[in-house]
Order: sequence, then structure tokens, then C-alpha cells
Amino acid sequence: MKTIIQQLTEAFGPSGFETEVTELIKSMIEEHVDELGVDVLGNLIAVKKGSQDGKKIMFAAHTDEIGLVVTHIDDKGFLRFGNVGGVGISTLVGNRVRFAGGAVGAIYQEKGSWKDLTLDKLYIDIGAESKEEALKKVKVGEFGIFHREFEDLGNRLIAKSMDDRVGCAVLVEALKTIKNPKNTLYFVFTAQEEVGLRGARTAAYGIEPDLGIALDVTLTGDMPEARRMDVSLGKGAAIKVKDSSLIAHPKVKDLLVSLAEEKQIPYQMEVLDAGGTDAGAIHLTKAGVPSGAISIPTRYVHSPSEMVDIRDVKACVDLVVALADKDLAAI
Amino acid sequence: MLLARLTEANGAPGQEGEVRDLIRAELEAHVDEIKTDALGNLIAIKNPDAPGPRVMLAAHMDEVALMIVGIESNGYLKFRPIGGVDPRVLVAKSVVVGAKKVPGVIGSKPIHLQKPAERERPFTIQELLIDIGAKTKEEAERLVKLGECAYFTTKYEEIGNGKIKAKALDDRVGCELAIRLLQEDVSFPLIAAFTVQEEVGLRGAGVATYQVKPDLALVLEGTTASDVPGTDEHKHATTVGAGPCITVIDRVSIPYPPLVQELFALADEEGIKVQVRRNTAGGTDAGRIQMSEEGVKVATIAVPCRYIHSPVSVMSKDDYEGAYKLVKSYLKRLQEREASN
Repeated sequence: MKTIIQQLTEAFGPSGFETEVTELIKSMIEEHVDELGVDVLGNLIAVKKGSQDGKKIMFAAHTDEIGLVVTHIDDKGFLRFGNVGGVGISTLVGNRVRFAGGAVGAIYQEKGSWKDLTLDKLYIDIGAESKEEALKKVKVGEFGIFHREFEDLGNRLIAKSMDDRVGCAVLVEALKTIKNPKNTLYFVFTAQEEVGLRGARTAAYGIEPDLGIALDVTLTGDMPEARRMDVSLGKGAAIKVKDSSLIAHPKVKDLLVSLAEEKQIPYQMEVLDAGGTDAGAIHLTKAGVPSGAISIPTRYVHSPSEMVDIRDVKACVDLVVALADKDLAAI
Repeated sequence: MLLARLTEANGAPGQEGEVRDLIRAELEAHVDEIKTDALGNLIAIKNPDAPGPRVMLAAHMDEVALMIVGIESNGYLKFRPIGGVDPRVLVAKSVVVGAKKVPGVIGSKPIHLQKPAERERPFTIQELLIDIGAKTKEEAERLVKLGECAYFTTKYEEIGNGKIKAKALDDRVGCELAIRLLQEDVSFPLIAAFTVQEEVGLRGAGVATYQVKPDLALVLEGTTASDVPGTDEHKHATTVGAGPCITVIDRVSIPYPPLVQELFALADEEGIKVQVRRNTAGGTDAGRIQMSEEGVKVATIAVPCRYIHSPVSVMSKDDYEGAYKLVKSYLKRLQEREASN
């Protein structure tokens, strides 16, 4: 499982350019699914057929990560850039970036106070000594990501883009475990979540699921002087109550809780003040879809060092596996 | 000249009738079907049932405008902007109001009557009124109805060496391009959607796309050029004269990357100068089109315009012809691909 997480988090996939990630996932799951395809937005959709009396469940984990886009190259070869998704200024200075074409650079700031820092006062140094040299390595309009390696700290793991490659890893692992499920399962590795839940919306429109479940990271409140939130690393899968995109359908939430109790899967309840997931897009599709989310507690979300606990990740896998076989007549 | 007539026509969001009538008259003879939908989008279709990809060109008909929301007892008109308008560009501008095109001027307290503190800050919308020469509320009411809009009176003009100055280039330039491009000889279904209410939230485009069901859409726009005095070069979203812009990301869309790549490669082959739109802010109808049903391949091609959302903007004829050539070449390529199938 750790190997899968490492491979997925080290892959390149800013919003809109998720191909490397979807190809990697494809290679991990193709022998375990009945159908596999990529749609216009870039969603990878894998289907595992269930029995005739089963329902359609759409599981969504997004393949894209936040990133940067080159907007300007100056005469000395320094780059200016814009954001792709919710990039926090405080995580950028001193950080490293890797571009689609392979160029790597360091981000730094113009002189001035931290308080007044805005994106247009930052630049990227790719080691070029002139505009011409820079243009050989990178183009205006090229997308980049945080450049950072995976670290195994024992139970805890650090990587960039745990948001939401760890969710992808949960679905990959679940897919490998599930044999002959009761329900027909759509494992959707969604594109463009970080820029507005875009992939999940068009995928759900095509699938018309009976139940929608997002697998995504959520924040925690267990660090020094942290914002108050009753989610901690190591206390199990987080069952979503609400975030700013979704109020989990009460029956879906209750079903997940009762499944966790029944299978003795460690879980905690998640109430997230700000932030959304693909379930926010899925539940508003067509005439509406009962939806919820199983979240992986994660510290330092949207930084280059997002931390998860492997025991929570495994609890999420167990919950997905349990749901695949559950009778959904009551939903 | 068509672009002159288009920019001089008036069309606030939700009140695009004058622009729509003009486009309909222009296109009627050249298309197989033309219809206005429930929101007011004008949809013109060539070869509706032909095989091949359904290709949609999209341009919005509406422009930012000033809606009349009150009439004072002394005959002055109160107004509020519809769409994004900077109040600082309004003072002392000539306007026409409503269906009767009543001439007026946006009045304010002259500088010799302003208190020192007032001179330090720009007027707010609340402090500005439109003067249509009426002496009383009753007189004004005979000329203007609440809910009608005021428009700038800027005349289309060619200036300098190949520049155009006009109002509402955002997005009548797109409308003009779509009208011209729809007259290309192609065998596949080619549709132009002239959308409404883009300036107040991309409202027309989604419903138009739902009806058209395109496989691919090209959004034709006028976009902001910030190559103006006082801005650093790295903050220039686009540059007038450097060719049409192709969007790689904005606030509402990441256009379909393989299509974007193809357009850059095509421009290169055809010797058409193009530029990347170098800003992640702003949004176009592409955001709604891309998200329609199970998703649509989109690209946005825009002509850079200085001073947009003001009484007058400036663009380059070369950029505008470049946009035309690029889309025309793309349609030609699609046609060749169809012919070889």
C-alpha cells in the first residue's frame, strides 16, 4: 500500500494535465476491472460489475493536484507564474517546482514584507542565465507542480499531493480486494477537482449513480495551536457530516457509521468548516444523488508536505470494501 | 462595415434584442436553421444532420451597461451597473437611454463646487446621475422607463496604424468572427451560438450548449489587454498587436489541452502570430460549455482589447484577422480530416 501511495504522490498531475496519474492508475487496476475509459474532462472511469439486484455506486477520488502556470519569462530568464487551484502563498517561498517538460526551479520573493506578499511578487529561478536559455527549458503557459519526494516515517507518511492521491490509492487498493461485489461499482478517478469539482460533475452526469461517495483528504485539529477540529491522525476513517460543498445525506452518513461499527473499522466524524469535495458536485447531478464522503485525515493540506497515517488509510479501504457489498435498498 | 454596426448596436445583459436582430438578418440567408431560445440565445446551424463532428462557435452578444433604477423629482436618472463597470470611467460621458435612444450625459458635481475632501476620491455610482435634459420626473418618465439601460455613444473608428477604437468590442468582435466563420464551406454540422448574459455570470452559454450538443466548441472573445502605461511587463495578461490569445487556464476553465496544443501547432504551421493569455483570472462562456452534460472539448481564442468594460476599447486589426485566420484554418483542417474519413 505504501508503494502505491509513493508512486501516486510522486507522479505529475496538475489540474487539466492528469494523464501521467491516470496512466499509472490504469496500469495498477486494469486486470481487476470490467471496463475502463477516459472521458473528455480527463476522468478515468473503471467499472466493476455487480449482481443484478445491486445498485450503482460512484466512488470518486481526484487525480489532479494544485500547481502553477508560467505567465512570463524575463530577459534574465526568471519566470513569473499564476496559480492552478488553491495555492497558499506561505507554502511557496523557498519551495521547488517541477514543470511538465521536466524543468525544475526554486521559488523566491522580491524584496519586501511577508505581510504584503502577493503571487505577482514571487518568481521562479530555473537556473537559466538568459531568456533564450529559459525558453529552451520551459514555455509560457506550461503547468508545474511542487517538486517533493515521498517520506515513510513509519505509521505516518509525508508527500506532496496526498490530496488526493491517497484517495486514489484507497480506491486502487479496494479495487484489488473486492471480488464479485453486490453493487455495480464505478471507480472514478476524477480530473480538475482543485479548480472547481469539474470532472466529477460531468462523470456523474454520464453515470447517473444511485449513491455517490467521495474519497478525499480532510483537515485535522491535532497539531499545536491548531484550528479547532475533532479529526485526528490515527483515529480512523473520517465519515463526513458536512463541508462547504455538501451536507452528507443523513442515510448515507448513518449507513457508513453502521458499517464501520459492524465491521469494527475505526472511524471518526468529520465536520469541515471550509473546503469541498467531489461529492458536492455529484449530489446535485440531474435529479439529485444521495451522497457522502469517506475522508482521509491529513495534516498540512495544500502544502508540499501533506501527512497521513497509514492506519487511517487502511480503515478507509475497509469501509469502501464493506460498502461495495452492502444492500442499498434503504438509500 | 459589420463590426462597426455590431459595436454601435446596444445590448445590455438580458436586453440583447438589437444585437440579436442584426446578427439574425446578417446570417439568415447563410444557414439552414436559426432560432432564439428561451433565454434569448441566438443559435444558427449549418448542416444540422450531416455526419462529422458537431462544432460550435460561441460569442456573447451582451455588453456591460447601466440600468436605470430611479427617476429623481428634478428629472435626473439614477442608475446601477449591470456587469463589471468601474465608476471612475463614467463621469461626463455621453449616453443614450432605452428603446427611444434618448440622449443624455452622466453628470457630476463640477470641480469648482467640490469640497477639498471630495477632490481626493473618485465619485461613487451613487453620486452620479444621468441628465437627459428633463426638468421634472414626469417629463423624464415620458422618455425613459425604469429597467431600461443607458449605453455609451462611442462611434467605431479606425485609428493609428491598424487599430480599432469602439465600445463593446467585448464581445462583438467575437460575434463578428462567428458570423464570418459560419459562412465557411464545410460538410460537418457547424453551429454558432450567440449567447446572452455572459457579463452577469455566463448564464446563456450552458443552456445553449445543452441544446446544441457539440463535440467541440471554440469560444471567440475580446479579452483584457494590460499592456498599458504603469503596469509591469510580467503583469501583462495580453499584448495588443502580438496576435490572438489562446487560453490555457482561467478562473472557470482549463480548455481541452490536446485542442489547445493543436491550435498552437496550427498557428505555427500557418505563420499566424499567437500569444498565450498570461493570467489565470477572468472567465468566459467556455467554463459553462466545457461542463455541459458529459463534457465538451473547448478552446478560447480571444482578441486583446485595451480598456475593456469602459466606454471605449482599442484593439489591433491584425490580432482580429489573426483570430479569423486561425479558426478558419482549424475548420479547414477538420474538413480535410472529414474528407479523408
